Amino acid sequence: MLAWTIYISFLGALVLLLLPSRSAALVRVVALATTLVTFAITLTAFLQHRSGEMFTVVDHPWISSMGIHFSLKADGISLTLLLLTGVIGVCGVLFSWNIDHRIKEFFAFYLVLIGAVYGVFLSFDLFLLFVFYEIVVIPKYFLIAIWGSTRREYAAMKLVLYSFIGSAMVLVGLIAAYVVAGSKSMSLGDLAGYHYSPHFQMWAFPLVFVGFGVLAGLWPFHTWAPTGHVAAPTAASMLLAGVVMKLGAYGCLRVAMTLFPLGLAPWGFHVLGLGSWRDVFAVLAVIGILYGALVALVQKDFKFVIGYSSISHMGFILLGLMTLNQIGLSGAVVQMVSHGILAGLLFGVVGRMVYSRTHTRDLPALGPMHLSKLLPFAAFTFVIAGMASMGLPGFSGFAAELMILIGVWHSYPTLIFFVGIGLIAGVAYIWRAMQQAFFSGSSAIVVQPEHPLPPITFPEKLGAGILICSSVIVGTFPQVFLNVIHPALNSPLFQGLRNGGW
Amino acid sequence: MEGTGMTETMNSFPWLTILTLVPIVGALAVLAMGGRNKSLVRWTALAFSAISLLITLVLWHSFNSAADGFQFQELHAWIPSLNVSYRVGIDGLGLLMLLLTSIVVPIGMLASWQIEERVPLYFALVLMLQTCLVGTFTALNFFHWFIFWELALIPAFFLVRLWGGSGSAKAAMQFLVYTMVGSVAMLLSFLAIFLSTNTFDFSEIATMGQNGTLMPAVVAKLGWHLLTPEHVALVIFFGAFLGFAVKVPLFPFHTWLPSTYAEAPSGTTILLTGAMSKMGVYGFLRILLPIFSPEMQKVLNLLLWLAVATVVLSAYTAMAQKDLKRIFAYSSINHLGYCLLAIFAVAKYTGGDAALTTQKFAAMNGVFLQMFNHGLTAATLFWFIAMLEKRTGGVRGLDDFGGLRKVIPVFTGLMGIALFSSLGLPGLNGFIGEFLIFKGSFPLVTWATSLSVIGLLITAIFILGVIQRVFSGPLKEKWAQLPDLTLGERLTLVPVIGFMFALGLYPQLILGVVNHTAIQMAIHLRNF
Repeated sequence: MLAWTIYISFLGALVLLLLPSRSAALVRVVALATTLVTFAITLTAFLQHRSGEMFTVVDHPWISSMGIHFSLKADGISLTLLLLTGVIGVCGVLFSWNIDHRIKEFFAFYLVLIGAVYGVFLSFDLFLLFVFYEIVVIPKYFLIAIWGSTRREYAAMKLVLYSFIGSAMVLVGLIAAYVVAGSKSMSLGDLAGYHYSPHFQMWAFPLVFVGFGVLAGLWPFHTWAPTGHVAAPTAASMLLAGVVMKLGAYGCLRVAMTLFPLGLAPWGFHVLGLGSWRDVFAVLAVIGILYGALVALVQKDFKFVIGYSSISHMGFILLGLMTLNQIGLSGAVVQMVSHGILAGLLFGVVGRMVYSRTHTRDLPALGPMHLSKLLPFAAFTFVIAGMASMGLPGFSGFAAELMILIGVWHSYPTLIFFVGIGLIAGVAYIWRAMQQAFFSGSSAIVVQPEHPLPPITFPEKLGAGILICSSVIVGTFPQVFLNVIHPALNSPLFQGLRNGGW
Repeated sequence: MEGTGMTETMNSFPWLTILTLVPIVGALAVLAMGGRNKSLVRWTALAFSAISLLITLVLWHSFNSAADGFQFQELHAWIPSLNVSYRVGIDGLGLLMLLLTSIVVPIGMLASWQIEERVPLYFALVLMLQTCLVGTFTALNFFHWFIFWELALIPAFFLVRLWGGSGSAKAAMQFLVYTMVGSVAMLLSFLAIFLSTNTFDFSEIATMGQNGTLMPAVVAKLGWHLLTPEHVALVIFFGAFLGFAVKVPLFPFHTWLPSTYAEAPSGTTILLTGAMSKMGVYGFLRILLPIFSPEMQKVLNLLLWLAVATVVLSAYTAMAQKDLKRIFAYSSINHLGYCLLAIFAVAKYTGGDAALTTQKFAAMNGVFLQMFNHGLTAATLFWFIAMLEKRTGGVRGLDDFGGLRKVIPVFTGLMGIALFSSLGLPGLNGFIGEFLIFKGSFPLVTWATSLSVIGLLITAIFILGVIQRVFSGPLKEKWAQLPDLTLGERLTLVPVIGFMFALGLYPQLILGVVNHTAIQMAIHLRNF
């Protein structure tokens, strides 16, 4: 049934393109209905498959001569991320209710994007995964280039180029893996079970990891992200930062780390205190956390603050992956969900609630507008989102970061201090942005916006409400997700990783 | 397990959860009401705080003051993978803090009656703060305790920021960043402890701390080869210590306090000084001391110097202030410094000496009483300042007044009582806590206690100075028409002042309930 998430999304896109373009309302309703149905499917699947074990959704031979199957499977980790995609998909549509320029094409591209994302999370055949991974890029380009804002063509091109370079690296690694394993099968299970030589894994792992890492915002390959997210229209930013970046992290975990676990082993020598690719990526992750936070702290553009904060939060995910213990890895998966929700909320407030009304994102200019009085709901939502983003207990960010930090204490205690600084910087940039955007300005200077700001609409409130509730649920009952994530991490697929014992 | 013996059946009627939830329900109700009928909003908020007070009094009445361990416990599984359970309960200390909170919050609300802007939001934030306070005082598991500890910062920040004075932006930000840094350090320390012991439960960790098994487990797990085991233990201790030291505050982590107290609206300052500062001392008593007393013993002299500096320097600085709110802000630091002096004295290694152990009991009781009495007295003092501000249109400088006793005699009389209580006059509630602290600490840490006496002297000087400068002397023309206390104000003040006398003359009212807990806390500390 989960396969229908992919089919319905693509079908929805097709339906939209065939609709007469007169009725904007009909277009929106169709888009919303499509995302709601796919969300319902993911939710049902999540609730049904309590065990978290890998199960097959679809398995057909496709190009049998090359051992490629149309093979879709899901385990606890996939189910969690599919659920995230479902929620963000719905909320993205809600936050885009006001788009009036070429609405059909917008939502069509949107649905294709969502469908491809579902495809990546479900794919068990690496060729299929790569196909979906590439399909994701195309709607991204158009969404940014046509409906975006600041420097949109440049941002779209940069994003696409980086994505393709990353994908190319992944492709080389995957083909190498396929060939070395005898060119018999592209199934993840088969390839993960094959014993590649340590020497092979030692170069294949970083290649594939960095390839996926580009999309995950791994420092220093992250520069496409802030530009891209800022240029993108709100819904696209929500999807990009919220879900698509998680594709990269998912690829790191599901593909790179399962196929080539020995690539994480110690080299036997040290360079600058680093003794393995694991050390390298852990340090890069921490640099990403700090860099993202510190750069966010000095931004004048509200959306850039959020863009850089995404880099910082993705750093936590990558660090969690490198801890290689159950609690750190589970924390990384929960952080994928948490940041997905919170990025959605933050871009929703900044892009949809504020920017589409004030037509400025410049923090010093927003202050005198006294937005906390003009747009109290936006202020309230940003406060909640900001609190959650900085790791306030009770919300999803805290639960995730708690687990990652415990994992880091276990594996890299020396890095803890730097992560602590990152946490504090995280508090600082959120509060600064919040103060300047909503609560700044003495009453002496009041700048009236050129036209009265329209009130916050119902779809926006609904979208914000859904996301806030989701964050609170994940934050107060993380056990629900841990129940399916832990069995997935203990499955045979991750055996090589567990055997590492480093 | 010591300290967790249950005298009631597990999961008896969930009083504590209800007490935590009542204010949040009130906050939602108040927000839903909107701002049209401000008076209704205020009375509704007050009503909810009255309900909390009632529930607390019921708990006070049903509490078994001779029993060990925690009462009214509730235990539910929550996040088994992280060994986090929802566990709440109170002993004498927790109950005392709940009583203090339920008295201070209504006082804070009454002092905020004249706020006109965004009234529903103000009172909703106050109620939210009350929930967080109740949560911190009843939680027995770090995860859930930390949630409330951190969440309390949100209402506090906005209360200072949105209704505060001209410097409130900077003050609120400073307050936030300081507290956050402390909290992050504390979080990291407790995560290291969790990694080593696989528990977040305070009682379990405390048992390990007292057995001497905690730090070896932490050292073994962390595998830091750069530091010696003793240093690792101290680093972990320092992280947790920082979180609490910022909150109390302890010198030199106190610099956020005076601006924040001064810039906040007086109703909020009441909450900050009356209840929130006690979160820090409570943290020292409930968490830091039982878990880390071996580490505290190793750095005891440093800690004592910090306590002495807190006591003496803050009193000295208070004396130099011209703003009434700043005077009592620094005075708050001073009064809580005595608590920390006593706590450090109790932590001291005394072997099995029975006489010194008895002194520890006295010091511990002193801390409890001082926490409660300072909360009550400071809240009342800031309430008087709020009433004065209301009459003078915000003026509250020491040099702005003089001779007020001629114009507002009843106000002078009642505020005078509160001032004398703050000074520590016998017969009023402020005396007994300080007396027990000094009596208990003197034999234990003689030099530190002797130096702290200077704090008492300076406090006497500046409080008498306030009385003289504000109430005696020549009257300024512009204040000749100041209205005295209204009937409503008198009706609400008199019970509080009466309570101050009652506690001063008959401290057994509180001691009877908390004494056993104080003794148990002191006994369970390892002396090695």
